[in-house]
Amino acid sequence: MLEIKNLHVNVGDKEILKGLDLSLRAGEVHAIMGPNGAGKSTLSYALSGREGYEVTEGTATLNGKDLLDLEADERAGEGVFLGFQYPVEIPGVSNMNFLKTAVNSIRKYRGEDEMTAVDLLKLVRSKAAELKMDPEMLKRPVNVGFSGGEKKRNEMVQMAVLDPCLAILDETDSGLDIDALKIVADGINRLRAPDKAILVITHYQRLLDYVVPDHVHVLADGRIVKSGGKELALQLEAEGYAGLGIADDAA
Amino acid sequence: MAATIEAERQVEEATGDYKYGFITDIETEKAPKGLSEDTIRFISAKKEEPEWLLEWRLKAFAYWQSLAAEEGEPDWAMVNYPKIDFQDIYYYAAPKSQEDRPKSLDEVDPELLATYEKLGISLDEQKVLSGVAVDVVFDSVSVATTFRETLQEAGVIFCSISEAAREYPDLMRKYLGSVVPVQDNFYAALNSAVFSDGTFVYIPKGVRCPMELSTYFRINEANTGQFERTLIIADDESYVSYLEGCTAPMRDENQLHAAVVELVIMDDAEIKYSTVQNWYPGDKDGKGGIYNFVTKRAACRGVNSKVSWTQVETGSSVTWKYPSCILQGDNSVGEFYSVAISNNYQQADTGTKMIHIGKNTSSTIISKGISAGHGQNTYRGLVKVLGGADDARNFTQCDSLLLGDQCGAHTVPYIEVKNPTAQIEHEATTSKISEDQLFYCLQRGLNTEEAVALIVNGFCRDVMQHLPMEFAVEAQKLLGISLEGSVG
Repeated sequence: MLEIKNLHVNVGDKEILKGLDLSLRAGEVHAIMGPNGAGKSTLSYALSGREGYEVTEGTATLNGKDLLDLEADERAGEGVFLGFQYPVEIPGVSNMNFLKTAVNSIRKYRGEDEMTAVDLLKLVRSKAAELKMDPEMLKRPVNVGFSGGEKKRNEMVQMAVLDPCLAILDETDSGLDIDALKIVADGINRLRAPDKAILVITHYQRLLDYVVPDHVHVLADGRIVKSGGKELALQLEAEGYAGLGIADDAA
Repeated sequence: MAATIEAERQVEEATGDYKYGFITDIETEKAPKGLSEDTIRFISAKKEEPEWLLEWRLKAFAYWQSLAAEEGEPDWAMVNYPKIDFQDIYYYAAPKSQEDRPKSLDEVDPELLATYEKLGISLDEQKVLSGVAVDVVFDSVSVATTFRETLQEAGVIFCSISEAAREYPDLMRKYLGSVVPVQDNFYAALNSAVFSDGTFVYIPKGVRCPMELSTYFRINEANTGQFERTLIIADDESYVSYLEGCTAPMRDENQLHAAVVELVIMDDAEIKYSTVQNWYPGDKDGKGGIYNFVTKRAACRGVNSKVSWTQVETGSSVTWKYPSCILQGDNSVGEFYSVAISNNYQQADTGTKMIHIGKNTSSTIISKGISAGHGQNTYRGLVKVLGGADDARNFTQCDSLLLGDQCGAHTVPYIEVKNPTAQIEHEATTSKISEDQLFYCLQRGLNTEEAVALIVNGFCRDVMQHLPMEFAVEAQKLLGISLEGSVG
């Protein structure tokens, strides 16, 4: 489903990704772990099309379509969703209005009719209820005054409503207490489906207690240096990146 | 205003009850270029005005001449434009005749039509707005007629100011210039001398105007005059909501616009005055575009009287406008909610004055300025509390939003307090649309223009929610359209 080959990405003059290969099949959950500065966030931004992340070499395709040729909003239209490490506040714009605009923009991209206000309201309310979000939160401005856990829950509600085929979760688990962590895990697990792929980027293993990955990759210095099953995450937890001979700035 | 006369003419013609024959003459005549007593006499004669009004105009003209000779046009606002040659302007031109107008939408600027499309304006309305010649506008004629009947039943007077001068001389003599005197300022004096037409509204005691005086204009305001004069009087315990302007873009051959709006509010009465101003702002290099020098003022004369100004200013190349409230009656309330956008080379110097005279008066100012491109946006406001205004309160919030790094936002608040019991609050912020916000929206599927429109509308929410419902939706779209191409 997602094929990344020999991906090189520069931020400014500095090369961050140095020939990354990764392949996700439909129905799979992959975890990418790695020390700070390995290029984890760069990978998520390069895949989602953020300005300032310049691909100098390599390819990335989603269901055979060249992602790198598309603008960020077009990639969202193709079904790419990025869960943010630091969700952004948009004052004066209610969550509901934001979701309505997003859903209809994506439908427009796909050549579909706008969703009626009633259908949309039903959809959003049901997804919010599944993820145990207070419906009052839908009226509040996007992420304004939300706690860390509320912001992450909001990301999960957005993901559920937009129903992407490729979800990239960029350290969505960072800085969360155990309850919030379970919310995020719940959101990811609900999205799991035979026709979807999920890429979980994390510094720590603990999210993987709740979201069991099919594959685990270690990213260091801009490349995948080791791949394995879920046991690789446990090995990292026990031995640290040093156990693999990788320097970890955060350790 | 000219639009009202024009609309009335259409109504009268269509209903076969065409009583103002003199209008036919006006259609073919134009005042000579330049400004002199003769020009003013010509205008006054065309309008068949009573002698006192001609005298009033001439007095204003004499004052304007003395100002022009002594100090010239005012230059204190933070706007730059070439000096205006006041002798190089036509001060009176009749509305375009059917023959001069475009014959169909095919003859109208496609860019203008594209904007109508984006605003969701129906084809019939597009024709009226772009001045396409229409034999009989069935819809608007019947709608307008219904409106007039409903208003007449309620006792509301709603007519052109020329008609009011002939039909309601007592009200006109009593109130015209009573809020904005002819000597008020350079452009008010000019307007008083040469105003082409305008609107007169009188809401009698205890009457709640049965409709928003807006839909009527929405259909008919294609030929708004260059020097408009508006006078609205809300008698005791009455209420009216009035909307001027239009979200649809307005082109005009006249570059200089100087309007005067006077509101008089008696005991327990309320006027809600909403404006959407979308005059031609000039091209992306700042060429062309309307100069809009407006004097708007409300006198809250009665106890418990209330006025609320809401404005969305997206057009004109230069805007100079300070809708103000004189809070004279005890417990009177003044509100000012403003969104001003300056994109490309637009310049807006706008704000309000709240003059607290009565006891227990309160005022609220919410101003949202958005600058993009090379636009310059200035909030200029005065809160003045006089000695007798015990327990006066004011809350002011001025927020500026910048798009890009070539534009400017300026805030010039003046506060003068002469009573120690006053409570004055002032908050101000300046922010930019962050790259983080944009990317967040793009990642959720919005394109850049949708993202900017969403973020800007969020920024303006506190003001937009005061617009009448039917205009709020269009005004929201308008904000997005006005900022197209400003990012990315």
